Parts: sequence; C-alpha cells; structure tokens
Amino acid sequence: MEALLDVRSLRTQFHTSAGVIRAVDGVSWDVRKGETVALVGESGCGKSVSALSVMRLVSAPAGRIVDGEIIFKGRNLLSLAEEEMRRTRGREIGMIFQEPMTSLNPVLTIGRQLTETLETHLGMTGAQAQARAVELLSLVGIPDGARRLRQYPHQFSGGMRQRIMIAMALSCDPALILADEPTTALDVTIQAQILELMKGLSRRLGVAMLIITHNLGVVARYADRVNVMYAGRIVERGTAREIYANPRHPYTLGLLRSVPRLDEPRRARLQPIPGQPPDLSRLPVGCSFAPRCAYVVDRCREQPPPLDEVAAAHFSACWLAKDLHTLVPAAIDAR
Amino acid sequence: MSARGEETSEIILEVRNLVKHFQVGGGLFGGRPAVVKAVDGVSFQIRRGETLGLVGESGCGKTTTGRCILRLEPPTSGEVIFEGRDLGKLSDAELRAMRRRMQVIFQDPYSSLNPRMTVGQIIAEPLGVHGIVPDRTARAARVQDLLRHAGLLPAMARRYPHELSGGQRQRVGIARALAMEPSLIICDEPVSALDVSIQAQIINLLEELQAEFGLTYLFIAHDLSVVRHISDRVAVMYLGKIAEITDRKSLYEDPQHPYTKALLSAVPIPDPAVEAAREHVVLGGEVPSPLNPPSGCVFHPRCPIAVDECRRVVPELREIKPGHQAACIRL
Repeated sequence: MEALLDVRSLRTQFHTSAGVIRAVDGVSWDVRKGETVALVGESGCGKSVSALSVMRLVSAPAGRIVDGEIIFKGRNLLSLAEEEMRRTRGREIGMIFQEPMTSLNPVLTIGRQLTETLETHLGMTGAQAQARAVELLSLVGIPDGARRLRQYPHQFSGGMRQRIMIAMALSCDPALILADEPTTALDVTIQAQILELMKGLSRRLGVAMLIITHNLGVVARYADRVNVMYAGRIVERGTAREIYANPRHPYTLGLLRSVPRLDEPRRARLQPIPGQPPDLSRLPVGCSFAPRCAYVVDRCREQPPPLDEVAAAHFSACWLAKDLHTLVPAAIDAR
Repeated sequence: MSARGEETSEIILEVRNLVKHFQVGGGLFGGRPAVVKAVDGVSFQIRRGETLGLVGESGCGKTTTGRCILRLEPPTSGEVIFEGRDLGKLSDAELRAMRRRMQVIFQDPYSSLNPRMTVGQIIAEPLGVHGIVPDRTARAARVQDLLRHAGLLPAMARRYPHELSGGQRQRVGIARALAMEPSLIICDEPVSALDVSIQAQIINLLEELQAEFGLTYLFIAHDLSVVRHISDRVAVMYLGKIAEITDRKSLYEDPQHPYTKALLSAVPIPDPAVEAAREHVVLGGEVPSPLNPPSGCVFHPRCPIAVDECRRVVPELREIKPGHQAACIRL
C-alpha cells in the first residue's frame, strides 16, 4: 500500500555551545493510510524531534533539518513555501501534545480556539464553525458542547483538555494525526479512556495516526507497526506483534525485559539495561548501543550496523540480528 | 507474606484514622471557605523490613499521606505511631531526632537536590547538621561509602546535580536518605520520572539496600506493575480513602474492590497478543474533586456495580477474606 507519509533519510541537528547534537540521524519511516504507527524510545532518542520535523516546527536557528525528504501525499513538505506549509499544518496533519494545558491558550475560551481553526482553514462562517465545534466536542465525548465552548481551559480536567486537543486535531478532517505522548500526563484510568477514544475515532474516520511514546504497553495495545528509536536512529522496525514476539535488536529486547509485567509471574529481580543513553553530541563510531549491549562484539564498536530486513517486513540495525534469539547475553554489571 | 515482612516481626509504623483537610478559599475576598478532604480516615500498619505499596491516581491522597507521616504536614486528626511513639505527642527536639529514622526519596531528583552544592556536600550536609559524623575527614569517607552503596563512583562527589543523568540524581537522593541511617524510607514515586531502562536499575538498587540494611519502605506510586514487583502488601487509595488493602498476591490475583479491578484492567500489557485477547474495563467519568466528594461511597458515580444504597452508605474497610480488606458494601 502506498505511504501517506514517507520520511526518507531525515537528519535534524541542533547547534549548541556543547557541539552539534544529532537528534535525528538519518531515519526513514512511513505511515500508510488509516494505520497506527508508533515511534518508541526513551527521552532524547529523537522521537519528538522526528514529529516536529514533519511539521517543520524545529526551532531555528539552533535546530535545522539538514537532510532528507518528508513526502506527504506525494509532495515534499521540506520544499514547500512557508505559506503552503501553514495550510498543511493543522489542516491536513493534526497534532496532539503531551501536556494539553501548555498547548491550549489559557486566556481564550475553548470555543474561540476551536472555531478559529475552522474559520481560517476551512473558511466557515462564525455560525457554521460554532455548530461544527459542538459536533466535534460530542465526537470526543464532551456533552453539553454549547455551554462548554464558553469555558476556559482551566475549567476542564486534564483528561477533558486532552479530549479538546483531539477535537482540535480532528477539526479539519486531517488524513494524519501526530500524537506526541498523548496520555503520559494522565492517570491510568483516564489514559485508557483517551486511548480507546483515539483508536475508535481513527477507525471510524479512517485517520492515520503516529503515536510517539515511551510506554511499551500503550504501543502493544494500539499500534499496527512499530519503530524503535535509540540515539537518533531507528534500531528496529516491524509489525507490533512481530517486534514483541520476536525482538531482533538487543535494545528492544532489553526494554521488554526491564519492565515488570502484570500478566507474568513476579520475578525476583528485574533485568535493567545497564548504563545510560549516550551523549548525542559525542556518539560512538560504531553502534550507539554498543556500550550498553550484552551481546556486543568487536565489529559493533567499529561499524554502525545498517537497518536490514531480517524477516518479512521486520528490520533490525544489529550485526547479530539474525542469530540474536539463539545467543546468550554476557553477564554484565547492572550499574 | 514474604520472608521480609514476617507476621512475627514488629510493627514499625502504624497510621490510625489519619485525616488531612485543607481549607481553601475564604479569607480576604470573603468567598465561602471550602474544605479539600485530601486524606479522609486512613489506617494501615507496616512491619519492620516489609514494603507497603500505596497506589492510586493523582489526587487520591497518597502523597499527602506520606507527608503527614513525615510530619511535613500536620495532620488534621489521627495518629502516626512510629517505632512505638506517637509522633503527634513529641516535642520539637524529640521529633527532630525521630525524623532521622524516617527518610524520604522524591519523584523529581532534580528539584530535590540543591543545584549550588556538589554531590558530596549534599550528602555530607545532614551528616554534619545532625552530628552523625562530626569529623570532616570521617565525613568525606562516609560520603564515599554512601555513594558506593548507591552505585555511584566516589569521583561523583565533586560533581554538581546538573552534570548527572536522571538515574544518577536519583541515586544521589537515595545516598542522602541512607546517610541518616533510617529504618523507614518513604519513596514517593521514586522511578516515575525516569526512563524505562533506568527504572529497573533503581528498583533493583532499592531492593538490594532493603536487604542489606533491613529497611522498611512505604512505596508510593501510580504504576501498578512496579508496585507489584516491589511490594509485600499493597493499599489502593481513591479520593482520600483506602479502597482495598492486602498482601501482594491476593491484590493482584484476586482483587475485590471494583476500583482495583478497573485500575488493573487499565494497565496495558507490553504484548500485543495478550492485549488483543484481553477484555478492557474502561471506567467512565473522572476522579471527582476532593472539594466536593460524592455522598456515600466516593467511588459510586464511576462504579460498574453500584446500587442505590452506595449513594447513601459510606462503606467501611472490612475483612472480605482472611488478611484481605476492602471498602465496598457489594462484596
């Protein structure tokens, strides 16, 4: 199936006094029509910068997209004029952030914020926009829309504010929504509500979704395909089922083993990944994960492994990917 | 019950009917004052050497409970008995001495470490202030020792908090708590700000230290998987009250309270095959405001098995099975 969004060899860097931070270092991934794709990784792995790059919202002058293409519906977003990009952002690609309170304007009513987009992007009249806004609120499970539209963000709970963000992201019928840690700030019962809502809406409206998260459980419940990122690169990609059942990168394997699971017998000890993520301004020559890897061999420290297909539609950037499941990890000091 | 928290070992901490109400509003502009019932009649016991997990969503009162035990907040009513002494009846000097025996580790290790002090100074300060190690040279040696226990290199003593990663900062927070030679440590969301791969490192460290020093933990968290891993017994809080309390095995294998069941169902399992086959109970509604809690059972507006009576009757925490208490009239 043809990709709706096709990111090719994207490279985004930040120039700081400490040196050049290679936040996104040559990544390629795509999202097809109507599917849910996850970008998973820990803080600083480049998952959020990837999404900001798609929206061309990387903050200049420190941040720059230095290479790559972002093809959305056949057009390279990186070569659009700012005016055209503005029409794409919000209109064709919606966005949901982690903290709804900081993405909503505290001094404007919810109604104003919802209708503004409808009026500027879709050219609706005030009355049309008002009616559509009520409809959008009911779509995301906020009843009594006409009254709620007159209220300000602080009058809503965290979960309700995230519903409003979803309503705003959906307002112009986008083909794609980028959701950056959409439920991380929410309580677990509210997280379940919001994720069910997003899943239901994306199915019903056929919207494709890119979910950016560090939560492996959220990915397992909602994503069709997964990209695992580490230190600015994609280290593993595949269908969610394949990645969880048969991980072929030591980092993915390490992440899955380090979290306690409610459905499994309790283990006496957790198996953490030793060490810490690398400094992005001083990445090692070879594989960035090598210093923390239990399977490391000499070659890993010399040559960065390419993202290769190890099974049908399953990719891994590891020299040992093909045999990983047969290897025994070296005993390493957890500290 | 695990080997750590034997039935026979003494009770180190007992919380009896703890209540903490905050008054909001009123005052200068003459608004009608309102009362937030942050903690509303909480009782539990912890035995020496065991870990009690305290779980619940934001605003359930778990952090306030911890702060009242430490007397960082004076409770509105109720008793906190620690190592046999009622903390409410102690003089300031006595309380200071008792406080040494109970320490706290916070969620955000960055905001709880003084940015202008080196790691060494941060850990040495309480040793000097409390006169635990009055001699300077001996203090430096003790700091090195504590750093090692927390899994840090001795050279870290010269670094400042901003030079450390989140996991390292949390290790400094742990070393500082250990410096006081406490018997009880209140861990308030100690791993929730850390990356997944680092969380397991810190949890393992806490367990090692518990075994080595015979520590008792009150482990406050919202992550039910982490709480299951580390706790011997678990209390689930909702809107200022304990909904259910029992040993780990009973809570996770045979939860009784409808809120506990919903919480467990809401936690996604990191396995798509398991997730696809699992039935999800999604709770409707949101946690009501503790300013205006529902009548009767505070959980009734969201409860899937609530009946009319639940609106009127405040359920008592009672024994449903041996060693397993829940607050629900439908059980």
